[in-house]
Amino acid sequence: MTFIGNKSDLRVVGTRPVRPDGVDKVTGRAVYGADATMPGQIIGKVLRSPHPHARIISIDTSKAEKLPGVKGVITSADIPNIPSEEAFVGEGPMNFRDLSLNCMARDKVLYEGHVVAAVAAINDAVADAALKLIDVKYEVLPHVIDVEEAMAPGAPILHDTLFTAGVTPKPTTPSNVAKQVRFTIGDVEAGFKQADVIVEQTYTTAPVHQAYIEPHACVAAIAADGQVLITASSQGHFMIRAYTAKLLGIDIANIRVTNAEIGGGFGGKTVVYLEPLAVALSKKSGRPVKMTMTREDVFRGTGPTSGGTIWVKVGATKDGKITAAQTVIKLQAGAFPGSPINPALMCAFAMYDLANVDTLGYDVVSNRPKVAAYRAPGAPISSFAAESAIDDLARKLGMDPIELRLKNAAKQGSKTVYGVTHGVIGYEEVLNAAKAHPHWTAPLGKNQGRGLATGFWFNIGGESTGGVFINEDGTASVVTGSPDIGGSRASMAMMAAEVLGIPYEKVRAVIPDTASIGFTHVTGGSRVTYATGMAVTQAAQAVVEDLKKRAAMIWDISPEAVEWKDGEAVPAGANAGGFDPLPLAAIALKAAKTGGPIGSEISVNAQGAGPGFGAHICDVEVDPETGHTTILRYTAVQDVGRAIHPAYVEGQIQGGAVQGIGWALNEEYIYNKKGHMDNAGFLDYRIPVASDLPMIEAVLVEVPNTRHPFGVRGVGEVPIVPPMAAVRNAIRGALDLELFHLPMSPPRVRAAVDAAKAPKAAE
Amino acid sequence: MSKIHVETTINGEPMEFLANPGESLLDALRNTLNLTGTKEGCGSGDCGACTVIIDGRMTCSCLVLAVEAGGHEITTIEGIAQGDTLHPIQQKFLENAALQCGFCTPGFIVATKALLDKNPNPTETEIRFWLAGNLCRCTGYDKIVRAVQDAAAEMRGG
Amino acid sequence: MPSLNYVAPTTVSDAVKILADASGPTRVLSGGTDLLVQLRAGRISPELIVDTKKIPGIMGITGSAAEGFTIGAATTGAELGDHQALKAAYPGVVEAANLIGSKQVQGRASLAGNLCNASPAADSVPAVIAAGGTVTIAGPSGTRTAPAESIVTGPGRTSLAKGEFIVSFHLPAIKGKTSDAYLRFIPRTEMDIAVVGCGVSITVDAGGTITAAKISLGAVAPTQVPVDASCIIGTKLDDAALAKLDAAAQAMCNPIDDKRGTIEFRTKVAGVLARRTAKIAYDRAGAR
Repeated sequence: MTFIGNKSDLRVVGTRPVRPDGVDKVTGRAVYGADATMPGQIIGKVLRSPHPHARIISIDTSKAEKLPGVKGVITSADIPNIPSEEAFVGEGPMNFRDLSLNCMARDKVLYEGHVVAAVAAINDAVADAALKLIDVKYEVLPHVIDVEEAMAPGAPILHDTLFTAGVTPKPTTPSNVAKQVRFTIGDVEAGFKQADVIVEQTYTTAPVHQAYIEPHACVAAIAADGQVLITASSQGHFMIRAYTAKLLGIDIANIRVTNAEIGGGFGGKTVVYLEPLAVALSKKSGRPVKMTMTREDVFRGTGPTSGGTIWVKVGATKDGKITAAQTVIKLQAGAFPGSPINPALMCAFAMYDLANVDTLGYDVVSNRPKVAAYRAPGAPISSFAAESAIDDLARKLGMDPIELRLKNAAKQGSKTVYGVTHGVIGYEEVLNAAKAHPHWTAPLGKNQGRGLATGFWFNIGGESTGGVFINEDGTASVVTGSPDIGGSRASMAMMAAEVLGIPYEKVRAVIPDTASIGFTHVTGGSRVTYATGMAVTQAAQAVVEDLKKRAAMIWDISPEAVEWKDGEAVPAGANAGGFDPLPLAAIALKAAKTGGPIGSEISVNAQGAGPGFGAHICDVEVDPETGHTTILRYTAVQDVGRAIHPAYVEGQIQGGAVQGIGWALNEEYIYNKKGHMDNAGFLDYRIPVASDLPMIEAVLVEVPNTRHPFGVRGVGEVPIVPPMAAVRNAIRGALDLELFHLPMSPPRVRAAVDAAKAPKAAE
Repeated sequence: MSKIHVETTINGEPMEFLANPGESLLDALRNTLNLTGTKEGCGSGDCGACTVIIDGRMTCSCLVLAVEAGGHEITTIEGIAQGDTLHPIQQKFLENAALQCGFCTPGFIVATKALLDKNPNPTETEIRFWLAGNLCRCTGYDKIVRAVQDAAAEMRGG
Repeated sequence: MPSLNYVAPTTVSDAVKILADASGPTRVLSGGTDLLVQLRAGRISPELIVDTKKIPGIMGITGSAAEGFTIGAATTGAELGDHQALKAAYPGVVEAANLIGSKQVQGRASLAGNLCNASPAADSVPAVIAAGGTVTIAGPSGTRTAPAESIVTGPGRTSLAKGEFIVSFHLPAIKGKTSDAYLRFIPRTEMDIAVVGCGVSITVDAGGTITAAKISLGAVAPTQVPVDASCIIGTKLDDAALAKLDAAAQAMCNPIDDKRGTIEFRTKVAGVLARRTAKIAYDRAGAR
């Protein structure tokens, strides 16, 4: 891979232009999932289980079907009963049978909110009335919500067919532990023997939801010949196509998916919930069917990420060399296996160059919604514990937390616990930038504290398609298969403009439907600017080669004698001939005479996504009487490789940090004794609001990724990894409190204040 | 009860439509009048994506019955720009990259319009508390607050 | 499907007649910020909604600090916040009303709605009670006046009889050095329901000694509860008085454990807020 230009040579990359889809999004013209319509559409709605765990004895839909205005009712009987089939998609494993059962329960309901039936009717009111007429008989079963309780002997078993994988000999009794997994390097026992200081602690985190503001929505139609049209908002319209095909037994060629604008996803829109049901309802009713979730549906029926229990032990010598690190992590997967246990284990200590590491994890099912990917899946959970422990270690050692980290920092050549050796990475550069930032040494007041934590994420590449087409007037169209969730149309157009040498304003980027561009994997894993950007860059480079050939043809010289400079073909030197430069527009005008339309579409399976590292500094003030924590100042330093559009890179970092602050302070699923979620709305599922926060300063460190033409590293996921420990370490600094559980909500902090006072009162 | 005839003014245009008695103004705007720029994020007044201005006061259109709109003047996101000229608030949201997914953006822009009509020179704290009823999950609010500050300065002629 | 009717009477007597004659479940609509949420969630299924906002005088503020204020039942929180004279006289009532939901919600939400929704956590209610507010109620047997604290009888329940609805609120004339304050505790900085709310009104003499005080707590019991203010009367709100007030407030708490807070936390924070709110009201009264 050749690097394109030095940073100083770049004209477009690194600037901050207005995004191509911007005007539509500030004027209300943009069409999101719930805004899309099809002629003759009717409304689809689902019936959800009121029980967290029950056997379905019978479902009688006859009364609902007879209600005037009802056009169709479906249950699991209308969905193919597909066999178990494992696949690795996106950032984690997926079993298509589980996905099918999650969309529509078959024999058992496994969580409150699990879908048991769906109706299609002429309007909302009729659909609502029809749902009330569906008679489901349940045999209610004992339920289990908590991860430790689900692992305990005698716990209610969710799946009779689930036997713990990863243990030998293979178990013969079913278990809620779907998998046990271990990554080890060196010898931790020996490492701990060398340690002068050891910290050891158990931490817990709560499940948290991605909480995108746009609820899931789609409209779908199946014609008499079996051809399906779907418009949906998701992180991947090819994903919608593949999963709908798999779940309903439809040929992929018979499904065309248009991606509506997506109102946030953060990993949560990398799976299907509604689309297969909408198609099945369309088949039953003969009409296009529109389905939209309510906010309550989103909380009860779609994936949060796991909560978990994390035990951590870290040892170091007196001079701060970490000799061993160990963790045991138990993650809630929800109703079906698939918690992000592997990345949780892999990321916990990936920032450090350690000889002895042992990580053991469990993937545990319980009667909660099936988890879905959420921004750096797993890493924030394990890093909360690991980076809290590192902070406590620094305190015990009397060392500055940045110095301790620098002393043990991973660098090129460091071997990770999962076997990969780090390439060119920027962790030390990030730590040094944090250390040099004025925030790190600014004064603090009473009840105020400062915390630092760091984080790692792999970032991924994978399959992407990008096309660059030169229009007759010399403008360019860029097409990709990546839904634009946060400004990627802009970065795609910028990379193409940079290579073509024409102004950004002359390039338009669009995202066509699944029949109109090659396969592209989901917008997730921080992969779009990297992998899809690579496809676009390569397509633009192929176009430039073609443009040079066309110029050579016009000049009647050899293509090797043509150079491409600032959007123009120029003779390579004096020997090539004395021609005036040929601008792109002039070549485009003559395209018909030089071989026809000019354009290139490239599909890649990009490898070598460079990992990202971040270090966050957080100042808090804690009210010891109410336990309320105020974030006073926040600085997020991150190695971004190279920022294509720095404003959107900063936006990713700021947004990720704030999601992490919400995770740290207030966000959690609250269950009552009946196994019902008590806070399924934005009133009591408390994501940060504008008045909760200061400005979030994003500091971009650029250590270019040698595997990308512009040096890009993914940036979207790293920033949610450090905040929980950064906030925790800051609260600890403010009031010297022992806090090990998320969220650090006011009742928890006040209780810790009281606990800290108790021994003093006894004195 | 049959539908109720509602006569109202939306974005300066006289409008009439039929509404069910229990229907929200949000549903009428989106489903009956095809003004889908106003978004539903929660349906319970907790996210602000459906913010509209009624007679100069902003409110969540999900918390207003469509039949209550009769005789009032309503401004939605579709009425903020003048023809093809963006309002300074819209322009500054674009220039500051104050949107990522853009779903909450109409609500923020309408709420900002209501703020700056009332207070042309708000402090950062005033902006943050005024916009506390508008949830954004993408941006962390930083660039939104800066866009509002820039728009206010521009509208003051600074 | 049971159908829903909507009416918007233009006189008090029409409204009373409609409410009294209604045979099925009926709801009075003022701001609608609770009503529409409950409708949509299916928690209520009324057959009739009576919109009071077309009744003349149901929205708007009259009076002064010297003669007291009359506030139309459906007056929005935003209007209260814009009324400088009311804000100067009753800063606690106005700050409480301006904490209900978001700025968007304040564009609709009313004191009557907040009171009649009968939530233990309603922000404006402890403030209005502490301020000595009364309500005027219209009903089939004419109008009557009642203290604000007599309306809520339990979560979601009021003392209003069939056919009755609130027409206006009255806040008394400000006598001497009197002022009020309201504080609530929430996990975030906005948009939450009060975990604890506290309204305090205090009168001081020329020397800064408290001569009268009224304190009401919200969200710590099934209804708003009064706190015995005798422990601060005759004091200058010194540390000893504040400590007694803290204990008196905690003693009145009978909260629940729920998604918003634990019994222990709510009780402790009630004491904290009683102290802090009293201090603000005391300072404001002294500055009169």
